Parts: sequence; C-alpha cells; structure tokens
Amino acid sequence: MSSCHGDGNGRNSAPIAEAEGPTPVGQRLIALVGPPNAGKSTLFNRLTGLRQRVANFPGVTVEHRLGKAQVEGHYDVELVDLPGIYSLSPRSEDERVSFDVLSGKMDGLRKPDAILLILDSTNLSRHLTLAAPILSLGLPTLILLNMADDLRARDGHVDVDALSKSLGAPVALISASKGEGIEAVERFLARGIAVPKPIQLPVLQDVPRCRQWARGVSEQAGYRHPAPPELSRKLDGVFLHPFWGPVIFVIVVGAVFQTIFTGARPLMDGVQALVAMSGAWMGGLLGTGLLKSLIVDGLWSGVGSVLVFLPQILLLFLFIGVLEDSGYLARAALIADRTMARVGLQGKSFIPLLSAYACAVPAIMATRTIENKRDRIATILIAPFMTCSARLPVYTLIIAAFIPERPFIGPFLGTRAAAMLGLYVLGFVAAVATARLLKSSILRSERTPFVLEMPAYRRPTLRSLGLRVADRAEVFLKRAGTVILGVSFLLWLLASVPLIHGHTPPIEQSLAGTLGRTIEPAIRPLGFNWKIGIGLISSLAAREVIVGTLGTIYGMEPGKDQVGLQQALQHDLSPAGAVSLLVFFAFAMQCMSTLAVVRRETGSWKWPVIQFTYMGALAYVSSFVVYHLLS
Amino acid sequence: MQLSFKRTPGESKSRTLAELGSGEAATLVDLDLPIDFANRLMELGFLPGGPVFAAFSAPGGDPRVFRVEGAEIALRRETALRIHISPAVAA
Repeated sequence: MSSCHGDGNGRNSAPIAEAEGPTPVGQRLIALVGPPNAGKSTLFNRLTGLRQRVANFPGVTVEHRLGKAQVEGHYDVELVDLPGIYSLSPRSEDERVSFDVLSGKMDGLRKPDAILLILDSTNLSRHLTLAAPILSLGLPTLILLNMADDLRARDGHVDVDALSKSLGAPVALISASKGEGIEAVERFLARGIAVPKPIQLPVLQDVPRCRQWARGVSEQAGYRHPAPPELSRKLDGVFLHPFWGPVIFVIVVGAVFQTIFTGARPLMDGVQALVAMSGAWMGGLLGTGLLKSLIVDGLWSGVGSVLVFLPQILLLFLFIGVLEDSGYLARAALIADRTMARVGLQGKSFIPLLSAYACAVPAIMATRTIENKRDRIATILIAPFMTCSARLPVYTLIIAAFIPERPFIGPFLGTRAAAMLGLYVLGFVAAVATARLLKSSILRSERTPFVLEMPAYRRPTLRSLGLRVADRAEVFLKRAGTVILGVSFLLWLLASVPLIHGHTPPIEQSLAGTLGRTIEPAIRPLGFNWKIGIGLISSLAAREVIVGTLGTIYGMEPGKDQVGLQQALQHDLSPAGAVSLLVFFAFAMQCMSTLAVVRRETGSWKWPVIQFTYMGALAYVSSFVVYHLLS
Repeated sequence: MQLSFKRTPGESKSRTLAELGSGEAATLVDLDLPIDFANRLMELGFLPGGPVFAAFSAPGGDPRVFRVEGAEIALRRETALRIHISPAVAA
C-alpha cells in the first residue's frame, strides 16, 4: 500500500493530538458524513431536535441542512446534515452537495471544522471504505458506528478500541434511532474532536485498494459480520415473488384507497360537525352584520371546507410513512424498473415519482439522486402528474357529490374508492406517456445503468410515523391559515363589492361574479359555469384552494350555506361536467410551489414554462373531449 | 491503473453474472464497464476476486438483486452481462 495522505495538504503531518488530548477550540460547524442510508439524518434529528425527513432507502437527503445542537455547558454547535456519499468522487447532484460542503465550496457555508463520520455497523467492512477519503481530509473526525442495536441482535461484533487504534480517530457504537450512545456523541461535541493521528491510507483513486484496506482494518478490529437478516429475506421472498408480489401490491393499494375513503369518513364527519357548530356559534355572537358575513360566510366557510380533509390527508401520509420507513419503497422501485425502462427512464426515477403522491415539491428535490441530467429533467417534468395530496380534497368532494356508494369489487372496493383509484391511475398513465414522449424526442439519451442498494426491512417506529403525521398536519393547517384564509378573504371582498344600496350584491353581480363570467366563455366548453371558473382561478395558487373558494361562494349565497358543499355542487355541475373537472385537476399544473421548485432545480424558467403550458393544454383538451363524449 | 479490461477472444468461454441463476454463488472476475460506473460498483461491493450470490429478482427476472459483502444490490441484466464471473466460489 502506498502511503498517501490524500492531497498532501500537509495538515496531517502536524503533531497530532490524542483523542483524549487538549481540547481543540472553535469547533462550531460539524458535518455529518456517511454512505447513503447509514442514518445521518436520524442522528441529526436526535442531536438538533429538528425533523429532517428520514426514511429507509438510500438517497432521502438531497441537500445540506443546518441545525444547532445544544451541548450542555458549551456554546451551541452547528451541525450540517449531508446527502450520502460512497466516496469523494461525486456522480449525482446530491453527492455534489456533500463534496462541495466538505471542500468548502458551498456558497454561503464555510468549510466544516470537524466531521462526524456515520457508518452502518451491520455493513462495516464495506462502509469503512469511506473512512479513507474522509480521514485524508485531515479534519478532526469522530467515527460513529450506527445501528448498534441491529448489530447486536444479529450477533455481529466489532472491537471499538482496536478500530479506533487502527484508524487513529475516536470510534463509538451508537443507535441513532433508539437514542443509544447519543450522550457519548454530545460529550465529544462539548469537548471537541481531535485531529486524527496519521495512518497509512491507500491511494484514494484505487477503489480495489481502498476496499482491501477497509477489509483489512475491519478484520483487525475483530469485525464479525452480523447474521444475514433472515426476516428481510423471507419478506423479499413474498414481496418479490413472481406471482404473489404483484398480487399483494394490488391488494395493499386497494385497501389503502378503501381506508382513505371509508375509514376516514367518521373523522371527517366529526371535523365537519365541529366546523358547522363553531360557525353557528360565531354567527350567533356576531349577529347579521357585515362582520358576520366576513367571518362566518367568508373566512370560516372557506377554511372550514378545507379543514374537513385533514383526517384523510393524515391517513395517506401515515400509509406513505409505513411504505418509506419499512424499506418496501426500494422493492417497488425494483419491480417498476422494467416499466420505467420501457418509457426510457429507470427504476431510480420511480422513487421520486412515488413520493410525488404526497407532494410534488419534495419529489422534484428527490430527483437529485438521478445521475443522468436528461433523465432527471424528464422525471421533474412528469412528477406533477402523480396524484399529490392537494388533489385529494378536490377528488373526494366531487366523487362524493356525484358517485353513489355501491360495492364495486365485492365487499372489498366500493365505487367511490374505485373512482379515486382510477384517477390515480390516470395521473400515472399521463406521467408515463409524457416520459415516453420526452425521452423519444427532446430528452433522448443513452440508457443509464440502474443500480440500487436494497435496504433491510425495518419496523417503522411509532415515533417516526407520529412525527411525519404531525409535520403534515402542521403544514396543512399552516396553509389553511395562510393561503386559504387569504384567498377566502380576497374572495369575500370581491364578492361583497360593489355595494348596491348599501348592501352586499347578489354574488352574480359582484366583482367576483363578473370575473367568473368573464372567463366563462373559455370554460363553458368544458362544462364549467362561472362559479367553478372562480374556483379554477383561485386554484392556480394551490389545488385544494378551489374547495375553500367554493365553500366561500356557497357560504355567501343565501339559502345555499345550509345545504353543504356537495349538494350545492350538484346544482352547478352536470355529471359530465363533474368528470370533466376531475380530469382537469388530474392534468393541470395548478401549484405555485411546484413551479418555483422546478425553476430552482432546473436553473431557468424554460422548463417550468414548458411544463405549465403542456399540462394546461393537456388538461383543457382532455376535459373538452371527456365532456363532449359524456354529454 | 487497470480496473476493467476487455477480455481476449481466447477467453470467450467465461461466464457472466447474467447467467448466474437464483440461489447460485460465484467469484467475480472483472467488470467490463466504463471506469466511472465500474468504480461505483466496486464501492458498492462488486470487487474482482470477491464472492457474489444471486438472490431475488423483480417479477420477470430483471433486474436482479445480487448479494455482495452482506449488501443487496439490484442490477439490470444489461449490466450483469458485462460482469464476468468464474464458477469457483471464493472463500
């Protein structure tokens, strides 16, 4: 082995402190580095109390994130969580982020003072390879062997002292998810981490040498591989079974849709009753004046009609959480690879697409793990077709108003759940067809190889699932309290002017009504009247806003505020118009946040403009065709 | 530094990873792939001289999951076709 301290920056040849040596001062920015899915973000969340997104598959973290760790009796230490890397030669956007931060090239962030190197202790002989390039940086480094609980449970072993000796840096066994060994990490953060002792490192560019070195080091430390994860393998035998795998997938998906529809119903009815009760109570306090009109008919009708969908959305997120945390998502990507290959993409594109079922914004961020630039842009462009959770309220409202509930496939799947499932499939088909179109024209590229590390299955923890659901509830309520409240207010204002003889006008003659009537000729061919038109305009901000808007419009119409949104809608939409509206929402790009993130991730307005135009045109034409076929 | 090389015609009898059936083990010989990609695979555990085991596959047989050094990595058939193996199982 050739001796090589990386890039010869000379720092390593300085006199070296022992791990117990003098306290290095001023370590205020510490980077969390490690291979993908080693548990960096889980540790980051433990140390900072923040809620960085974590899941059980490689490549969840795609950007750097800062957080303060409160270390007792010490100044605050700033931690920076980084995307996973296998080496210091980045191959995708997310790996480049880690590389840039570690080399001090990241804009607005100085070079870290020290490193926490997080390795998966159940995969040590492989993961140790990363220790070579990281130690060669010459920065103070603490090596953490994560998932110690798993290592013990599967009868693996490693001698931490011996490992520390051969690496010249302190080593600790921890379990970030269980909280084991966290005090040790905090002690190190408080005391400061020493610069590693110089050791013989392999030539970093020579991957086989580095691997040999890692294997040698782990052998010296008496590393005993944990027993194979038997349960994982048994589960794979079922989930990847040529026949039962797909069957189970379909059953699970069907059950989820049924649960979202029927299981969430009692909760939704509860919220609805609360909203109605509190509205009536406020109405009683406020009398009949303008203030009552604003607060009860305008704001509360708008916000309340969206709040009703909170239980449903949380249920969806709970399900997505189980999929992500258990490790099933990576298997789904594997199963989907062939389909994705047929449309010119690869299985890796499937993971962002699946997370787009929650929201397109994180999904577009997640495309950073795709190495091929053209594949990445194609995935970004099709992600908003996937049925995000903001479409759920719109779909639920219209389906519940127009489709009677009957058994569809025996007692397992009702007509409403089936209609919802159909809309999800429609979005997926649109995405896949668009990908095919893009990959055979403007984004043609060579087939990129597909490599995906399969994580072991893990039981999702209640804590993690609880945090996800709580986070989502917060986001949802925040949006109800800002965007939807704001739009409701604006709408109430537009619907209250011009005053006629000192009274608010009938809604048709108000400014909002005039606005709706102005665009009515354009949307009449799709089966929508001016009220739906007002909803469509407001839904450009975010899709679910249309529900709030309709709530406000009907809330302000005398006589209609009693019958509820569903019955009110039946007056304004024909069944054909309802289907047309569903199709419109399946295809149209009505989301400012998504456009903004596409602009940021692609670096220009070109792609968001193309995307908005394409999706809008597709929505318009499809709705037109559907409406005329059905009526 | 030689990480991957074309095999000479005389050695055409060698097997590739794609021929490894489910549940079979073999020893990796070399990776006939662009250096960047070969490096990534080696970082993941596909090291010449090391053992490899064919595990589950997606329905239809492609991609397949290979076990190397305790890790499970999924590869497409087109990649497996360019990874050469010898039937002897390394210790």
